[in-house]
Amino acid sequence: MIEVSNIEKSFDGTPVLKGISCVFETGKCNLLLGGSGTGKSVLLQCIVGLMKPDIGSITFDGTVYTNSKVDIRQEIRRKIGMLFQGSALFDSMTVAQNVEFPLQMLTPEMTPAERRERVEFCLKRVGLENAGDKMPAEISGGMKKRVGIARAIAPHCTYLFCDEPNSGLDPATSIKIDELIREITHEYGITTVIVTHDMNSVVEIGEHIIFLHKGHKLWDGTKEEILNAEVPELKEFIFSSSLVRAAKKVDDESEGGLAAITEGATNGGGI
Amino acid sequence: MLKTLGTFVLFLRGMVTRTERFSVLWTRTIDEAILIGVDSIVIVSIVSAFIGAVTCVQIAYNLTNPLIPQSTIGYMVREMTILELAPTITSIVLAGKVGSSIAGGLGTMRITEQVSALEVMGINSTSYLVLPRIIAALVMFPMLVILAMTLSIVGGYLAGTLTGVMTAQDYIEGIRTDFIPYNILFALIKAVVFAFLVSGISAFKGYNTTGGALEVGAASTGAVTNSIIAILIADFALAALLL
Repeated sequence: MIEVSNIEKSFDGTPVLKGISCVFETGKCNLLLGGSGTGKSVLLQCIVGLMKPDIGSITFDGTVYTNSKVDIRQEIRRKIGMLFQGSALFDSMTVAQNVEFPLQMLTPEMTPAERRERVEFCLKRVGLENAGDKMPAEISGGMKKRVGIARAIAPHCTYLFCDEPNSGLDPATSIKIDELIREITHEYGITTVIVTHDMNSVVEIGEHIIFLHKGHKLWDGTKEEILNAEVPELKEFIFSSSLVRAAKKVDDESEGGLAAITEGATNGGGI
Repeated sequence: MLKTLGTFVLFLRGMVTRTERFSVLWTRTIDEAILIGVDSIVIVSIVSAFIGAVTCVQIAYNLTNPLIPQSTIGYMVREMTILELAPTITSIVLAGKVGSSIAGGLGTMRITEQVSALEVMGINSTSYLVLPRIIAALVMFPMLVILAMTLSIVGGYLAGTLTGVMTAQDYIEGIRTDFIPYNILFALIKAVVFAFLVSGISAFKGYNTTGGALEVGAASTGAVTNSIIAILIADFALAALLL
């Protein structure tokens, strides 16, 4: 479990995060939802340690991360896996070398044979068992995301962070990536935090959703609750999404479009 | 200016605190040494051989006084090559080739979040990415300068003898006249200082790139420009201090 307490962050005097407190639950897909410029990615970067918050604290399973000693921070960082928006694969390495890299760096006690075995397992887990020898430039955006996930889980991470995992992907591939993230989260019981503004992801994997707006946390709850939330900014966000607008259009013309989403959200399934 | 200098010092300090394992550092340094050193042999060889040849021909063209012995040409080629042309011109060439490569490579890694990926894994990105490049440059620049010295003198010999401006005997006599071994040491000191400036400045520029592809290009250009200016200032300072 990750606890964020009263996080504030400003850039050149402009506040971006304004006293955000929330809890990311273990074994669940926690979504940081919000429009562009609401501070989602900044909050994520504060949590993983790429940015230092001005005020507030972040706790990983009871261990305070912010302002702690370098050794403690290092220890926590080694439990973190992250899928970046652009995948951030090392372009001078093959797919297999990318997945092996954190093992080489973080677990020197592993033998080369053990590392190879783990790489093969992780690539197989994300459905890329035949792509190990390819270079990142030779694979598609969806495959890059899968490699990113394989690299993140290779060193047995406890916390998985995903920064807009669906950006640049077609809807079908987005759903596959979402499903993969959900499966991995449940399979390994890890704490997953996903930054997104995609309502598809909310319906697909939103087990715990935190809605940010202008640097504030306005709402948190489950996907079953989100359509009934009485927060105007959240309603506006939801009903401006292309998914809901399309469903509403179908709803207006016939019956069942918006109802299908509501039903899907309530039943815990996709649309 | 002072703020940039302070940031540069902190950048270098971050590189040597909490370094990666020796085996990782060794492998990375060897990889970088190949990119910086081995891959630069051709360009350094071509430039230095032609500089030696042109120096020899131009000195011969200007040396018309019959009272001055022809061996003076070889002497002057040697002195100019060892003291100035080999270390400085080689370093300027390397600032263009290696400096832009370092800045462009790190800049691209920065904007594509590869540096962030290293940091999230708990890896000291400056130690992993920058330290091996600087160590490799410190080792390879002097080697390339020694190669440049040798090929410049050989280039001068070939140009002098093949064009008929002087005999081989005169050239070799000039090369051996009043040789001061300290000049070699001075040239190698210059090479090490220039190596640090080129690799350090280029890495700093690349590592701190923000924005997109345009900024990576700007970082590469800035790295080359600043490295060359730094080389010229250091060249003068070292000559004033050590000669």
